[in-house]
Amino acid sequence: MARLISLVIGAGFVFVLALALFFTAKDAIQNPAAETAEHEFHEHPRDAHLSSAGLVGKFDRAQLQRGLKVFQEVCAACHSLKYVSFRDFEHLGYSEGQVKALAQAWPIEQPTVNEETGEAATRKNVPSDRVPSPYPNEVAARAANNNALPPDLSLMTKARHDGGNYVYSLLTGYRAQPAALLAKFPDAKTPPGLHYNPYFPNLNLAMPAPLTSDGQVTFDDGTKSTVDQMAKDVAAFLTWTAEPNLESRHAAGVAAIIFLVIFVFLTWGAYQNVWRNVKH
Amino acid sequence: MLEGLTRMATMDDNIPLGENPAPYHEEAHDPRRRDFINIAAVSFAGVGALAIVLPLVNQMNPSADVLALSTTELDISKIEPGQAVKASFRKQPLFVRNLTPAEIAAADAVDVGSLRDPQTLEERTKAGKKNWLITLGVCTHLGCVPLGAGEGENKGPFGGYFCPCHGSAYDTAGRIRQGPAPTNLHVPDYTFNSDTVVTVG
Amino acid sequence: MSFPWAKHYEPKQPLMRWMDEKLPLPRLVYNAIGAGYPVPRNLNYFWNFGVLAGLALVVQIVTGIVLAMHYAANAGVAFGSVESIMRDVNAGWFLRYAHANGASMFLAVVYIHIGRGLYYGSYKAPREMVWLLGVVIFLLMMATAFMGYVLPWGQMSFWGAQVITGFFSAIPLVGETVRVWLLGGFAPDNAALNRFFSLHYLLPFVIAGVIILHIWALHIPGSNNPTGVDVKGEQDTVPFHPYYTAKDGVGVAAFFLIFAALIFFSPNLLGHPDNYIEANPLSTPAHIVPEWYFLPFYAILKSFTADFLLPAKLWGVLAMFGSILLLFFLPWLDSSPVRSANYRPTYRWFLLVLLLDVIVLGYVGGAEATARNVMLGQIASAYYFAHFLIILPIVSASERPRPLPNSITEAVLAKHGGTSPAKTAMAG
Repeated sequence: MARLISLVIGAGFVFVLALALFFTAKDAIQNPAAETAEHEFHEHPRDAHLSSAGLVGKFDRAQLQRGLKVFQEVCAACHSLKYVSFRDFEHLGYSEGQVKALAQAWPIEQPTVNEETGEAATRKNVPSDRVPSPYPNEVAARAANNNALPPDLSLMTKARHDGGNYVYSLLTGYRAQPAALLAKFPDAKTPPGLHYNPYFPNLNLAMPAPLTSDGQVTFDDGTKSTVDQMAKDVAAFLTWTAEPNLESRHAAGVAAIIFLVIFVFLTWGAYQNVWRNVKH
Repeated sequence: MLEGLTRMATMDDNIPLGENPAPYHEEAHDPRRRDFINIAAVSFAGVGALAIVLPLVNQMNPSADVLALSTTELDISKIEPGQAVKASFRKQPLFVRNLTPAEIAAADAVDVGSLRDPQTLEERTKAGKKNWLITLGVCTHLGCVPLGAGEGENKGPFGGYFCPCHGSAYDTAGRIRQGPAPTNLHVPDYTFNSDTVVTVG
Repeated sequence: MSFPWAKHYEPKQPLMRWMDEKLPLPRLVYNAIGAGYPVPRNLNYFWNFGVLAGLALVVQIVTGIVLAMHYAANAGVAFGSVESIMRDVNAGWFLRYAHANGASMFLAVVYIHIGRGLYYGSYKAPREMVWLLGVVIFLLMMATAFMGYVLPWGQMSFWGAQVITGFFSAIPLVGETVRVWLLGGFAPDNAALNRFFSLHYLLPFVIAGVIILHIWALHIPGSNNPTGVDVKGEQDTVPFHPYYTAKDGVGVAAFFLIFAALIFFSPNLLGHPDNYIEANPLSTPAHIVPEWYFLPFYAILKSFTADFLLPAKLWGVLAMFGSILLLFFLPWLDSSPVRSANYRPTYRWFLLVLLLDVIVLGYVGGAEATARNVMLGQIASAYYFAHFLIILPIVSASERPRPLPNSITEAVLAKHGGTSPAKTAMAG
């Protein structure tokens, strides 16, 4: 009896699935999926060769400092970095005093309250502050950017597949829409106010190219600031902001793996030892 | 190590194969090298467990954002003689008091030897800034906030601070004079950046 | 239980004797996982996974409790509190990555444990209750894992909560009411987040309780073994300690090695980038997928695309829950007198197909819903149900099993090439 019920239920599910399969197949034949411009012209990120990549990658401190400068002078105009504090910049190789000076000189001040009147006010940043956002709230950010919200960049390289390379490729990927695309997909012309970039998932993004000319940022260490270099450096910097503990994680990992490999051999030896008289 | 293991295994070649697994007795076999690997494996497990306990314990220590708040900068330019303000240092109240000459005189008049926690006012203030008494607003008895820093609050019988919880009375130098508190109000580390700005912590 | 030759606990020290009289806890442990529990001598490494699952639960509870000391279950600050754990709390990144990957390790270990049970017929009499309790544990784990994934309040958390509570809206008449009741609102928000946190903290302890019942039920008939043959006498067993504590030690070490490789070198491998974007109720990510361990079930849900008597959505939800609930009936669907698939030549092939089928379902669950993938999922889902509800009952009744060994010991000795001591002594 139980078997009969089981056969009936099983046959029921299989029948409904067969029906669904039939309709899916019929639909696929009658209305084959149209090719899309996104599918055909989207490109995977190019390798930025960041030193933090790989199993035991480390950050390049000088590169992070250059990336911070690019962020500060270019990105920070629109993008927030709200999970990073100024004190964290000590990890980039700055001294406590340098961090304090950097916080003080940061172009955007920290919102606070006027001690006497209770009105909204701003003050200079101190190391314990989070990096302040350029806009007081989301509405203001949208209003200033043609209704496109500039996302927070703290976690950007972890919030995208292959994030470091993605940021690098996106920043250097702006170009005119290829003629081949327009020839094949005349409806896919980049709308006004958007910008063509093959590394962006739907190919058109609201952000105009932020790094436009060599020398846009002057690096303190004398590195030549080509667009490619600036894009790489800021990608490295944003890799750090997303995963500031990467180096200690890798270091702890190497120790843990060595320890555990030895441990596996020891437990295996103990197992052989305990079982040596018993066939199994 | 592995070579040793295989060799040990072959040493058992002459042990007859019973249908019945021999009962395992720690003491029944050659203890020299066989036990070594068992002991090593168990020791490694112990070390590993300890290594895992460390972060589990350490996570309860103050986090980086809490430690970053451990200095406070104060502007003291608006505190008139005779006034006190309550600021905040490490999420604890901090009393900053501008002593009047009369209060300084009262503090200096006390026989230090008679105190529970003997300290002079000089020892509790910075050189040349004897009028600036900066202490934690935390009673050394059980941690209540003493009265006396706010306008019109009870300053207690010695004109300094008075703790309403269990009646500890502090004088104008913040020293314990009466009641259960064991020590004077704690003076945190601080420095004068200028005549009007103090960094505490 | 147990077998008459099981060793008896005999405390030697006065303190242990005193303890044994007042609270015989050491005796309980001795009889459960000590020398007092005789276990078949021929268990292979697949039998490590029960202990590993218990270990994974302990890892999850310990790391979870310390994370709860820093996490804030409030929709406004939850995402930020997780970031503060990752950045500011001492060793916080380690604890959080351990907990997130620990969930994957736990589910992976449990899937292998279930697969072991399926292959060696551990669900069959007399261990039906062990199996039923195991399915209960699995269901509780799925609920716990889902609610845990909501807590960081990223995009995948939010939309996962939205979609999974959406299952309940498929119930006719009361569905929407039930969904709103579950969420405490019309969309996932503070109320949902708080109750999920509360239940996410509670359920692991319920799981621990059911595990105790699971082990208790196991100790009545004793452990199954790769031959599926019953224990016939003392020569078939060894005491759990030190034999299987030593063997489990190897499994534990290997478990931690893989776990550490994940935590330290690829902690986000099994996660989804979108969960590093804070929840946004106004924008659904382009491609939402559950965690890997739910993908096969998600594929079954997605495969029902045609209305037939019931709406397609209801079919999908029924089939998805049904695909797990049918495991409760497995002991009675399989009427074969033989447990181990090693001796069931036909059924063994179907099990292999089932394994591939579940892998295909996992792929489809995570892949884009193109016509090809949908059709693949529909075929794979059909096999899944056919396997358990049609093939298994028929094959188990009609198949002629291979001859079984007379005893575990005979099987062991045969494996070692006959009974000649000189030949077999090399094997440790």
